[in-house]
Amino acid sequence: MLRYTLLRLLGAIPTLFGVVLLAFLIVHAAPGGPFDSERRLPQDVYRALEQQYGLDQPLLTQFTRYAKGLLQGDFGPSLYYRDETVARLIGEALPLSVLIGGLALAVAIVAGISAGAWAALHRDTLLDRLITGLSLTGLTVPIFVVAPVLVLVFAILLDWLPAGWSGAGPEALVLPVVSLALPQLAYIARLVRGSLVDVLGSNFVRTARAQGLDQRSILRAHALKPALMPVLSYLGPAAASTLAGSVVVERVFGIHGLGELFVASAGNRDYFLVLGIVLVYAMIVIVFNLIVDVLYGFIDPRVRYA
Amino acid sequence: MADTASRNRLPLFLLLAFVAAAAFFFWPERVDDNGPCANTLHRGVVSAPESFDTQKTSSVQASKVFRDIGEGLMTYTAAGELVPGAAQSSSLSANGLVYTFELRPEGRWSNGEPVTAEDFVFTFRRLAKPATNAPYKKSLTPIANASAIAAGNAAPDTLGVRAAGPLTLEITLTKPTPYFLSLLAHPSTHPKNERNIAQFGDEHVRPGNLVTNGPYRLAAVKTGALVELERNEYYWDNANTAIDRVHWHALNEPMAQYNRFRAGELHVTSTVPPNIFQTIRQQYPNALRVAPNLGVYYYGLNVRKPPFKDKPELRRALSLAIDREALAEQIVGRGEVPAYSWTPPGIPGYDPPQLPFVNMSQDERNELAQGLYASAGFSEDNPARFEILYNTSDENRRIAVAIQEMWRDVLGVEAEIVNVEFRVWLDRMFAGETEAFRSSWNADYDDSHAFLSIMEGGHEQNLPGWSNEEYDSLLKRAETQTDPDTRRRYLEEAERVLLAGHVVIPMYYYVSKHLVSPDVDGWADNVLDYHNSHHLSLRCAGN
Repeated sequence: MLRYTLLRLLGAIPTLFGVVLLAFLIVHAAPGGPFDSERRLPQDVYRALEQQYGLDQPLLTQFTRYAKGLLQGDFGPSLYYRDETVARLIGEALPLSVLIGGLALAVAIVAGISAGAWAALHRDTLLDRLITGLSLTGLTVPIFVVAPVLVLVFAILLDWLPAGWSGAGPEALVLPVVSLALPQLAYIARLVRGSLVDVLGSNFVRTARAQGLDQRSILRAHALKPALMPVLSYLGPAAASTLAGSVVVERVFGIHGLGELFVASAGNRDYFLVLGIVLVYAMIVIVFNLIVDVLYGFIDPRVRYA
Repeated sequence: MADTASRNRLPLFLLLAFVAAAAFFFWPERVDDNGPCANTLHRGVVSAPESFDTQKTSSVQASKVFRDIGEGLMTYTAAGELVPGAAQSSSLSANGLVYTFELRPEGRWSNGEPVTAEDFVFTFRRLAKPATNAPYKKSLTPIANASAIAAGNAAPDTLGVRAAGPLTLEITLTKPTPYFLSLLAHPSTHPKNERNIAQFGDEHVRPGNLVTNGPYRLAAVKTGALVELERNEYYWDNANTAIDRVHWHALNEPMAQYNRFRAGELHVTSTVPPNIFQTIRQQYPNALRVAPNLGVYYYGLNVRKPPFKDKPELRRALSLAIDREALAEQIVGRGEVPAYSWTPPGIPGYDPPQLPFVNMSQDERNELAQGLYASAGFSEDNPARFEILYNTSDENRRIAVAIQEMWRDVLGVEAEIVNVEFRVWLDRMFAGETEAFRSSWNADYDDSHAFLSIMEGGHEQNLPGWSNEEYDSLLKRAETQTDPDTRRRYLEEAERVLLAGHVVIPMYYYVSKHLVSPDVDGWADNVLDYHNSHHLSLRCAGN
């Protein structure tokens, strides 16, 4: 297992290199530069700034310099936030996104699995229909509708919770976490319900039932584990995208997480910041896919890697 | 059995443990300073300052925050009147070339040290010298030798700024500049502390390090998100500073600012969402502040390229065919005023000349436009074809669609509207790769020079690429005038020449739009839209 993990991590290096190279070419292909503004800079100042950050060099030189910096752990300076380095900005934004995304994921997993299992166990009852219907709604209504509605109801009309993030207490977590959790929760509930219904109808469950095991024990010991396999494979990419920050939720609540930073950096042509965030995001995706693959082995010994 | 069950829960357990740990470490700080009694003012701003070095930024958003922490030789009152700031008085020599400023003896930096004339000498030299790469270094152009220093052809210590005494500053100009004093209120000229920069280098801009001379000091920054200021008890007018702390919340979405205002989390917004303006007007009639602003929304016509090159009749026809009243009232509709001049009204001592057709009805204008369009050689079979470039925004799109329609209806023009992202739009305008394009201009100081100078031949902001000898010479003549009346006449004449060229089509003058909580006292509307926190106070129910 350890060897497998190490090999996978080593294999990620060329992937990361490819991602950075591609992102580098794409950001530099976009028209406009980081020092353009409506109030145009004097030409000499513009050129001096380009020189200062090495943007006047040929692309190959720029990339080599950037890649060399990366190898030494230097993500470079921010071209927009001129007092800051990319590492510092990501260091401020990532924990926020991870906190909100992590909580949302936890809520979605616990509530989604419970709701899905409940619905599967009470198949074709009113409760099942209710859960299925609600999860379908949760899936189809986009976050950019859910989040403002939650703000309207809970922050403005009822005044129970803050409408924004900056300067508020921990209760400010509730609305962003719920907005972010809802679609994931709905999807997980549907996945669990579907696969659990299949599993409960399979031969080994019938055998277990014939041996006199009660529903609870069957679920715990036999049925839930195989039923969670699709959830697990869904969770890899879902966790990566949730933890890396949702642009919509961060915009609505004014949270300056990684998602918001990414969009702003692309708009500002903050080249090094864009590249830094792409790199971090790629690493998160790789790590989570790896975690899921390793966990597969724990749950289903048939897919355990040598 | 137990083993299986616990393994089953392993991923969940791991995740929960991780989230609990993350929540523990990154729990947002509890701030119990909402509400008027806490004496913390919460203000919205569209974007946070990109740097806290006032000489290295150029954004209007940043300057709002900077006006709270620093103060130039001159400053503005709540009503927008230019008054001495760090200086207590100023005098001008008879030839209009030498300003003498007496600094306030009680003027202090946020570390308690006195603010001296030498501090300003250092500040101006730093702003002028090429190594600083200051976006606003051109604002020093009126000062003797500033241009040569900025170009790297003279040493910074040759700048026409000297300390005639510990608290006496002398500034020598190359030519009389009536708007010079208003340049000295701009954040790029707020004093920089030399010892502070020597001690911390690039890190001098951090909270705790940064030394400033304004009513507030920098307490904390969450980059891009929140700027927290606290009272600078050394400020000379501290006795009249009512609010203890100011929190500037960077909220890019107008809707997010609006929601936070409604939830009582912001006292002042920097804008209001355009699409629900009428609802806001009904719901918050007392909180909504709409006031004229020194800014103009215009369409530029690139005269370096066909179809606008050497076609003044076409350009004039296009300007005539726009129903500005309908545009301002029905398409934009937030109190904006239809524009018939390049310089907006509201500048003291300047009466902007208007487009000659201002008093005609729209029907008369349309008729005139059709005649001009035909005489320019266009017709139904041979319509003028060009693109209208604008940067992505709902409002820009609605305006572009309306204008496209007006030009098609009245003249039969086949204009194609092209929507691009902000920096692509800048890139194409700066490269001169446009035909018709939307743009705008806002003044940094309240003088018509702020508007007229950018249309001078070769100016980097002259986006239509227009060049006119008469215009340039009128501006030059105005610049050397000491008599305000003669100067005004030259400037007005220059504006007439500009309007007659029809390279810029003024559409409407901007208005500033804020929601200001009834808890806030001291707010006054002004054309520059400057509202320093120092002038405001919070009403507390307990008092």
